[in-house]
Amino acid sequence: MVLAAVLCGSAAGRGEAVAAAALEGAGAAVELCLSMAGVLCLWTGVMEVLRRSGAMEGLSRLLRPLLRRLYPAFSEDREVMDSIAANVSANLLGLGNAATPLGIRAARRMSRLTPGVANDALCMLVVCNTASIQLIPTTVASVRAAQGCTTPFDILPAVWLASAISVTVGITAAKVLGRVWALREGRL
Amino acid sequence: MSVLTMLVPLLLCAVAIWGSARRVDVFEALTTGAGEGLQILLRILPSLVALLTAVYMLRASGALEACAELLAPLLRLLGIPPETVGLLLVRPVSGSAALGVGAELIASYGPDSTIGRTAAVMLGSTETTFFTIAVYYGAAGVRRTRYTLPAALCADLAGFIAAAWAVRVCFGT
Repeated sequence: MVLAAVLCGSAAGRGEAVAAAALEGAGAAVELCLSMAGVLCLWTGVMEVLRRSGAMEGLSRLLRPLLRRLYPAFSEDREVMDSIAANVSANLLGLGNAATPLGIRAARRMSRLTPGVANDALCMLVVCNTASIQLIPTTVASVRAAQGCTTPFDILPAVWLASAISVTVGITAAKVLGRVWALREGRL
Repeated sequence: MSVLTMLVPLLLCAVAIWGSARRVDVFEALTTGAGEGLQILLRILPSLVALLTAVYMLRASGALEACAELLAPLLRLLGIPPETVGLLLVRPVSGSAALGVGAELIASYGPDSTIGRTAAVMLGSTETTFFTIAVYYGAAGVRRTRYTLPAALCADLAGFIAAAWAVRVCFGT
């Protein structure tokens, strides 16, 4: 990125502007971090209260029937279903640090069936994890608050809508492409 | 609108009541969590310094505008504001770079502008696809990922289009 900026800047005769911007950017990063600290810390605190009061367990129980249908190959495997349910719950609550180890535990166990190759259920798990389903996007909200926005959470409905669409498309794409790949591999 | 402005205080209140009902030491848990938030900030600050420097330089050099101009017809067709092109390009690759680019967009266009909101919704409704795939398949020892990447990128693209559309629907611009 820096190289592109220097090349493009000198080509366009904007060398001075680029030099000034380099220093400005570094200062802006520190300012941004400081000004978003309050909101971000408050929300990680709220999430910790939720976590300790068992919100994840409750959500997992609610999600289990839905997840059984999404991962039919592992619907009888308790350990995998428990890990996936906990992974999705942690993702919903925005506990990324908790979600990843849980998801990896499920992925490891699922990959035992087909070592080295991603089976359909494993593809589904990873695709679902690459689509954000966080209910309260705290980091983004704190960035908005840092820029003087008085209602940083007014984007929530839009975020939910966009997340729902992106997850639905991801799941559909995984299902459709799964069929395509199965056909291709069958022919080989 | 009034429900949404009260959302944060109501949510805080509900969490506090629910936490006490579940016999959680609410204050202690809150401060522990806030400490974790500080650690998150410390972890993203160094990369944010590097990346915002690069983003500011890139913007000043005119490279971003050139790229946006190139892709503008396609993006307009999809209903995505061309100004967000930088965000679209880095989002699947690096989370902190996306945060840097997004924060810059929100700062220069304003958090309540259409572009600022679109950038925020895009950040909130997508993930760092390549990183996630690498972490999961690295841990599971999977070498043949089959259709994971195309399916995940479909979800990302849908997320970007949906983000621009959702902002138009929710804020009527």
